[in-house]
Amino acid sequence: MMVNKRCLAVVIALVVAAVTLVGCTAQSPVAGPAAPVTLVVASHDSFAASEAVIAQFEQEHNVKVQFLTLGDAGAALNKIILSKDAPVADLFYGVDNTFLSRAVTSGAFEPYTPTQLSAVAADLQLDASHSLTPIDYGFVNLNADAAWFKSHNVPLPTQLEDLIKPEYKGLLVAPNPATSSPGLAFLLTTISYFGEDGYLDYWRALRANDLLITDGWSEAYFDHFTVGSGGKGDRPLVVSYTTSPPADVVYATDGRTAPASINVAIPGSAFRQVEFAGVLKGARQPELARKLIDFMLGREFQEDIPLQMFVFPVNQEAQLPELFTAYAQAPADPVIFDASAIDQNRERWLKAWSDVVLR
Amino acid sequence: MVPRTGRRVARPHRVRRGLLTLLYLAPLLFLALFYVYPLLAIFQASFSQPGAFTAIFAAILDPALLQLVWFTAWQAAVSTVVTVLAGLPLAYVFATYDFRGKSLLNALLTIPFVMPTVVVATAFLALLGRGGLVNETLQRVFGVSAPQLHAEQTLWIILLAHVFFNVAVVIRTVGGFWSNLNPHLREAAGMLGAPPARVFREITLPLLAPSLLSASLLIFLFTFTSFGVILLLGGPGFATIEVEIYRQAVNYFNLPIAAFLSVLQLLITFGVMIAYTRAQAQTSRTLRQQSAKRTARRPANWRQALVVAVCILLTVGALLAPLLALAWSSIRVDGAFSLRYYQALAENPRQSAFFVPPVTAIRNSLMFALATLVLSLPMGMIGAYMLAQPRTWLTALLEPLLLLPLGTSAVTLGFGYIIAMGELRTSLWLVPIAHTLIALPFVVRTLLPSVRALDKRLREAAAMLGASPARIWRSVDAPLLWRPLLIAAAFAFAISLGEFGATLLIARPDTPTMPMIIYRALGQPGALNYGQALAMSTVLMTVTGVALVLIEQFRLGDTEF
Repeated sequence: MMVNKRCLAVVIALVVAAVTLVGCTAQSPVAGPAAPVTLVVASHDSFAASEAVIAQFEQEHNVKVQFLTLGDAGAALNKIILSKDAPVADLFYGVDNTFLSRAVTSGAFEPYTPTQLSAVAADLQLDASHSLTPIDYGFVNLNADAAWFKSHNVPLPTQLEDLIKPEYKGLLVAPNPATSSPGLAFLLTTISYFGEDGYLDYWRALRANDLLITDGWSEAYFDHFTVGSGGKGDRPLVVSYTTSPPADVVYATDGRTAPASINVAIPGSAFRQVEFAGVLKGARQPELARKLIDFMLGREFQEDIPLQMFVFPVNQEAQLPELFTAYAQAPADPVIFDASAIDQNRERWLKAWSDVVLR
Repeated sequence: MVPRTGRRVARPHRVRRGLLTLLYLAPLLFLALFYVYPLLAIFQASFSQPGAFTAIFAAILDPALLQLVWFTAWQAAVSTVVTVLAGLPLAYVFATYDFRGKSLLNALLTIPFVMPTVVVATAFLALLGRGGLVNETLQRVFGVSAPQLHAEQTLWIILLAHVFFNVAVVIRTVGGFWSNLNPHLREAAGMLGAPPARVFREITLPLLAPSLLSASLLIFLFTFTSFGVILLLGGPGFATIEVEIYRQAVNYFNLPIAAFLSVLQLLITFGVMIAYTRAQAQTSRTLRQQSAKRTARRPANWRQALVVAVCILLTVGALLAPLLALAWSSIRVDGAFSLRYYQALAENPRQSAFFVPPVTAIRNSLMFALATLVLSLPMGMIGAYMLAQPRTWLTALLEPLLLLPLGTSAVTLGFGYIIAMGELRTSLWLVPIAHTLIALPFVVRTLLPSVRALDKRLREAAAMLGASPARIWRSVDAPLLWRPLLIAAAFAFAISLGEFGATLLIARPDTPTMPMIIYRALGQPGALNYGQALAMSTVLMTVTGVALVLIEQFRLGDTEF
């Protein structure tokens, strides 16, 4: 009739264990009385860096770097803006040029001009107020399954107009511009290429040609792209990055040395994405945050970027890994969109696009 | 022994009442602090933006709003009905029969509930997509070249996914309640010549009504705020209110509209709950409950055994097929068996600063789940007892409050945390707290039908015999509540294990959970990344399964009476 004593004891033990475990972990970043100060770095979910590079910064400045991730690029920036009166971090990395104007006008960032900016190409320095510093850049572009096009005897598309021709029917998968940043980049590419008057007609034609839209990049690439899905998908063309093919080699399971996916070189079809970092207003460690911006522009961090995040470093002195020079193109004529034009028109463009493609 | 005088009894009584009120305040305080306050903070910030009300007024006049609300409610209602119908046969089998491997099966069936949507979507497409297994087989069997099944990005696949995710709620809550029903009534009716169908319609169904309503409400709320399934499987052509809130809040940073939609979502949820409370009050009755051990028995003849076998095979086949497909792909590398993906989980060839061995991720997940259990069970129990009391202002307030978190937009609450939670925002404590917020409605709803059905006379008799309230709870209530308590524990644990919480919380990459590792792996191209996501999903399934089986083992020493 009584609750088993042993059972009760186990429950109590579990309670104690849970409370201690969470307690321990909750306190783990603060170690001992002689602990170095903690610099808090917030970013979107895709940030990555080498352990050694981060450790080098920590040692040079006797600091412990605590990372926080705040969701996708849009969600992360919004959280930073919402918390600007009581910032969650000292520095934020991951504003891209489509959100640049929102970030700068929010007043959440403290201007800083690092000296290493001289090593960065002038056309990447998009923020005149220097609230945000460019760190890396990449190109949203079409990737193709090279083997598929060869075996089906279909030539790779050479212009955006090809994609609405019958022989390319049902070949392309693209992420939703409303929910994915490469998706938005591809929409902006078509706006730049066909103009405000022509892009919706192009999308109408794409839709008639059995274009597949997925929610995010992961679904397009891993569920539908023939290369990414290991043959389960049926789309040999995907909207991705010019830097995706190197990742196909780095993360291969069959020891391949050349990627199965290749970049489709269509003039005017690659959209340049620049990513920025900035010191947050009200940061507890503003001096260290500025030091970290300097460090992020330095060669160690910049040369670590390509194989960690699969984008290009902004520092022109940084050496690129072989995989990048061989398979990741930096197109000479990328689509470069004015950041404030994107911010002003985003909602209007996305609504018009949704009405044409989704309804 | 000193004879008891009136005065000596009265004082401890008053103290006890004070303590009881304090106990009652615990869940209220929790919700006020971690739910109401952050929500009010974000609403206040959103509505005080310049031009907020002009924008909201324009949104109200837009006919698209009505369409959005209609689709959201409609798909949730259909999903709920289909899920309940799909879950009932197995709930019956679980309640009526005892068979080998029952607790393992019970655990397996709850696994879908915790699987991250991204992974389930992938598994669904691998089965039902254009190049999926079903189409491949159809093409081979009928010798056609084009895919015959067009489920991708349709309403059908949304409904199917909702059933897949939520059917465990029916099997567990209804099945649990059913197994405690005293079979005497049914047996008596049968003996009097009522055919089984009539016994079910006139006896079993009315008795089950409270738990059916509980399960339906939970599923409705879950699917009403559906987000991942709609986006990932339905594709960009479908949108629920929750999807639109995310678009407005994250993509357009249009907080007034996002907040307005969140309020609208809450109001509808509230309305549904009022309807539910009324229905519940009408169907609830005190029952002579039986411990599950006494009611379930082994199939008596081959016909019963066949019913059991068919129900199990169908449900298990449908539920486990996507999961098995997933586990299968995780051990197939380039067309051969290999544990390469699992090895990759434990390697860090690129020396990433964010690398964490899989064991650590498992430990983190288990820790948060345990903390969630510890927080949500006592509070849920208190909540259920409160709601079972005669109505007062406190219960009237608590009833919707304990459920509303399920009908609340995660993005909105997440933004609320950002502006209202101060230092706690980046603390690991917020993780089990947020998980508890989601688990609490499940715990309360799982316990409530059984708490309400407790026979007061038993307690009164025990009190008359001089038992203390604690003793009464231990000897009278606990044996009857043990089974629903285990079910509630399983839900709380599972909810925490599967919760990704990216929209709700700030994540710390140095303490990743299993779902976080899965999402991270899917962020970059390459076969090994995809494989690691598959491997970690399989690990998550296994850990969940083992944890649920273990929870099932926590039997009360002697539940017979």
